[in-house]
Amino acid sequence: MQEELNKNLFDSLIKFLQKSHSGFQKNSRDWGCQIKLREIPTAALILGVNVTDHEFTFRSLTEAIQNNVTPYVVKLQARDCPDIKHFLQKLFSQLMDCHVDVESKEEEKDIQKKTHCSMDSLSSWYMNVTQKTDQGKPRKKRTSSQWQSPPVVLILKDMESFTTKVLQDFIIISSQHLHEFPLILIFGIATSPVIIHRLLPHAVSSLLCIEIFQSLSCKEHLTTVIDKLLLTTQFPFNLSEKVLQILTSIFLYYDFSIQNFIKGLQLSLLEHFYSQPLSVLCCNLPEAKRRINFLSDNQCENIRRLPSFRRYVEKQATEKQVALLTNERFLKEETQSLLESLHVYHTNYFLVLRCLHQFTSSLPKYPLGRQIRELYCTCLEKNIWDSEEYASALQLLRMLAKDELMTILQKCFSVLNSSSEKQLGSTAKRIEELLAQLQSLDEVKEEEDASGSQSKGLQKTDLYHLQKSLLEMKELRRTGKKQTKFEVLREKVVNFIDSLVREYLLPPETQPLYEAVYFTAAHTLHEHLNAAPRLALHTALNNPYYYLKNEVLKSEEGCIPNVAPDICIAYKLHLECSRLINLVDWSEAFATVVTAAEKTDANSVTSEERNDIIHARFIRAVSELELLGFVKPTKRKTDHVARLTWGGC
Amino acid sequence: MPHLENVVLCRESQVSTLQSLFGERHHFSFPSIFIYGHTASGKTYVTQTLLKTLELPHVFVNCVECFTLRLLLEQILNRLNYLSSSEEGCSTEITCDTFNDFVRLFKQVTNAKNLKDQTVYIVLDKAEYLRDMEANILPGFLRLQELTDRNVTVIFLSEIIWEKFRPNTGCFEPFVLYFPDYSIGNLQKILSHDHPPEYSADFYAAYINILLGVFYTVCRDLKELRHLAVLNFPKYCEPVVKGEASERDTRKLWRNIEPHLKKAMQTVYLREISSSQWEKLQQDDQDPGQLEGLSAYTHVELPYYSKFILIAAYLASYNPSRTDKRFFLKHHGKIKKTNFLKKHEKTSNHLLGPKPFPLDRLLAILYSIVDSRVAPTANIFSQITSLVTLQLLTLVGHDDQLDGPKYKCTVSLDFIRAIARTVNFDIIKYLYDFL
Repeated sequence: MQEELNKNLFDSLIKFLQKSHSGFQKNSRDWGCQIKLREIPTAALILGVNVTDHEFTFRSLTEAIQNNVTPYVVKLQARDCPDIKHFLQKLFSQLMDCHVDVESKEEEKDIQKKTHCSMDSLSSWYMNVTQKTDQGKPRKKRTSSQWQSPPVVLILKDMESFTTKVLQDFIIISSQHLHEFPLILIFGIATSPVIIHRLLPHAVSSLLCIEIFQSLSCKEHLTTVIDKLLLTTQFPFNLSEKVLQILTSIFLYYDFSIQNFIKGLQLSLLEHFYSQPLSVLCCNLPEAKRRINFLSDNQCENIRRLPSFRRYVEKQATEKQVALLTNERFLKEETQSLLESLHVYHTNYFLVLRCLHQFTSSLPKYPLGRQIRELYCTCLEKNIWDSEEYASALQLLRMLAKDELMTILQKCFSVLNSSSEKQLGSTAKRIEELLAQLQSLDEVKEEEDASGSQSKGLQKTDLYHLQKSLLEMKELRRTGKKQTKFEVLREKVVNFIDSLVREYLLPPETQPLYEAVYFTAAHTLHEHLNAAPRLALHTALNNPYYYLKNEVLKSEEGCIPNVAPDICIAYKLHLECSRLINLVDWSEAFATVVTAAEKTDANSVTSEERNDIIHARFIRAVSELELLGFVKPTKRKTDHVARLTWGGC
Repeated sequence: MPHLENVVLCRESQVSTLQSLFGERHHFSFPSIFIYGHTASGKTYVTQTLLKTLELPHVFVNCVECFTLRLLLEQILNRLNYLSSSEEGCSTEITCDTFNDFVRLFKQVTNAKNLKDQTVYIVLDKAEYLRDMEANILPGFLRLQELTDRNVTVIFLSEIIWEKFRPNTGCFEPFVLYFPDYSIGNLQKILSHDHPPEYSADFYAAYINILLGVFYTVCRDLKELRHLAVLNFPKYCEPVVKGEASERDTRKLWRNIEPHLKKAMQTVYLREISSSQWEKLQQDDQDPGQLEGLSAYTHVELPYYSKFILIAAYLASYNPSRTDKRFFLKHHGKIKKTNFLKKHEKTSNHLLGPKPFPLDRLLAILYSIVDSRVAPTANIFSQITSLVTLQLLTLVGHDDQLDGPKYKCTVSLDFIRAIARTVNFDIIKYLYDFL
């Protein structure tokens, strides 16, 4: 299942790369004519700020280039290249690795042994290699591309972090060697291409022949991922409204990272299978049916305990209720049929959702959200027709112009037709009918228009007549406005959509057995994905019971238990202090707290010895706090430490 | 040398000076010559063609490529070795680490028969890079003749004047030769020199005339001009090819090309769009306005909280920290700006540039400007770091990372205003400079 998810993601990524890549290939073909101008062909790939996804993008880009253009692809990162020497060294070694089919490994080592590599040696190596492959393997590998000498593609992953000097020098050098060493640069740019101008002076940038390729924005990417993974019946696994909300809000608010989104999805998948005993039923329909037959008594009991199933049972007749609650066989059969209906429900649900989205996405101000995911969220949450936004959307729909309505209906029709199942066949037919009616209306109107214009043409000579006829027409229109055929039809369409929504877009909670396929534990997911290190640390130190689960440590707010670990006591005491903490006072307080409990067995050890022990314990606690970054020694006052957390300096 | 004059245009005086300096083959020449002049004033070209046509033994090295001393010296020696032993065809790689070795090896190499009796020239292009290398390099090269006791001349080519080179320990003064910029007449002569064979020289000269008329005010770089001339020439010829105008019909041709050139000035010259895209446009005969240049993509998409982090960072960078109370507390009272000002703070903070601020201040401002509650989660912290990698923030002072890192916000006011607009945040109201 997870592999499937990954594969799906990969497919969509490749698809989105293809656009830029095809452009890139075009670019590299132009290289031949560019060479006389001494410009290095350069592709500036704008990737957006989701840095975490870039690695993945570059990997697939490299693969694609290696398959289609050239075997020599080098990826460089800014942190590997603090100066030009390292830059070239890295380039050199990676190129060597790229050249996989080396028969003579010793030779390769020989070249690498030379500690420094200049562009000269690089180009001579390149000549060697290309000549060798030309002689040894006459175009075996390069069937797809008809290169005499395959270009070397250099990908600079994070353009922003490269130092100016390294880039400048490298570009100048390589432009001088372009004849012997065909190089193509790809800049990975996260922010905006203005950075090129900021990094490179005109003298250098004039050596480049830059073309820009904009990758798909990550928001669009998210939409496609959601579309492919969640809004299909292909994967039975679904997310509840809250979980989806958390995932998307993490995406939108924090990092814009598709990878993290997918990881969150995978985590929720794992969580679901781990925590929900009935998740065995979360698979394809035939498989699920098969599995139901092998359900144990225990699992049947689990089904009976499901709140949604109980609600379902309560609605049934009494005999049936008894049968459901006692007879295993009957229960299994019933479950099968319920699952089937759930499946049908999903199919219809997504189709209608898409239709509704077609309608609402074109409305002004987007009362129900611009993206289908927003719509999906609201639909999952509650009965959508109860919401105010829905009412206003319908209101707006009643004011749509005809051509808009037509296009929307057409889109809906195609959406409905796209599914192979025949569940909503009648709906599709209905829409078709409506469309046809609209069309006929159109024709009628056109005829009217035609006749109108004809009459106008006749009266053209007389200005007065023309005015009069225009006025008449206007009046006609005003009176007719109340009840044109179109209005009636539009009303019909809107009502039809409304009924569709009411019928099919029920929230999943109403469906029996929905727990099997919906992941609802939003809270755990939030805890796992949105880690709060400071908060966790604070809770650990402030309330050790939370993590240690030791009954002794249970305490009410505000007081400091003396049995708590030393560091907790020190921490709590330090919270009460201001920016600078006097160590002596602190240690006094610490000693007081600690000794409060030990009075009973005070006799056993001499007080001096005990004081020493407490002192040592205190010093250890303070140094632990220093290690955790809560305090640090300060030079402003002797015997004081400075607080570093809130209110610290 | 009539041949030389045909190849090298408009540099007669410099060529004759150099020639007289070189003298006869076996004469000892000046130990070092320093040639400087602006970009594309023909320094490299003149020297190279001169040495080639006179068939003098020379080594041409570009200092940009040789980023270490060792590379530079080895390259010189290997090339010399190649020169001296070209007949035998055998060449062994010489390794050389220090200048001392270089002098010794240089003596060995130049002992060869064919190099013995004549001056050897070493040309160091882009000599300004020599200054960044070891301190002994430049003075060493300057008196190489003396050190090696061989007939050798070192020629430096640079865009910087000699005064900037002179090391403070003193050195041997080279012969300084200046290449002045080409005048407009010179440019025209040089550009018209390489006319395509299909068209007459006059026709091309007229084209160059128009081109210079448009571009001379903004660009005098010969390389750029030549590049532009090649790019736009097909468009100029178009009416002639189509038969709408004859080659002599300059006025018509001018009217055809002039707006086109102006467009080119806005786009190609600034490399807003690449030259290949420009060529494609010419073929399709489209309006270049449709094609968006580099700077058209200024929009940067950021996650919601990143925007607020950036705004908070900007506020922290440009507001004095004492004013935070006034901006971010609900009941700050009425503090007037005049009471607030100390003398040195009268200048606008925007003129002084961003100031560093600690992480805690950034977070505190962030919490007060975001409407909803934000937990200090790991995601927020990782966003800050990723903003640093995007170079929107920079980390200042990296000695004590754990204690309290300090940042600076490096984005411009326009940028932050655009960002603030997308989240409906009136940043001007919060900036101390705009009170």
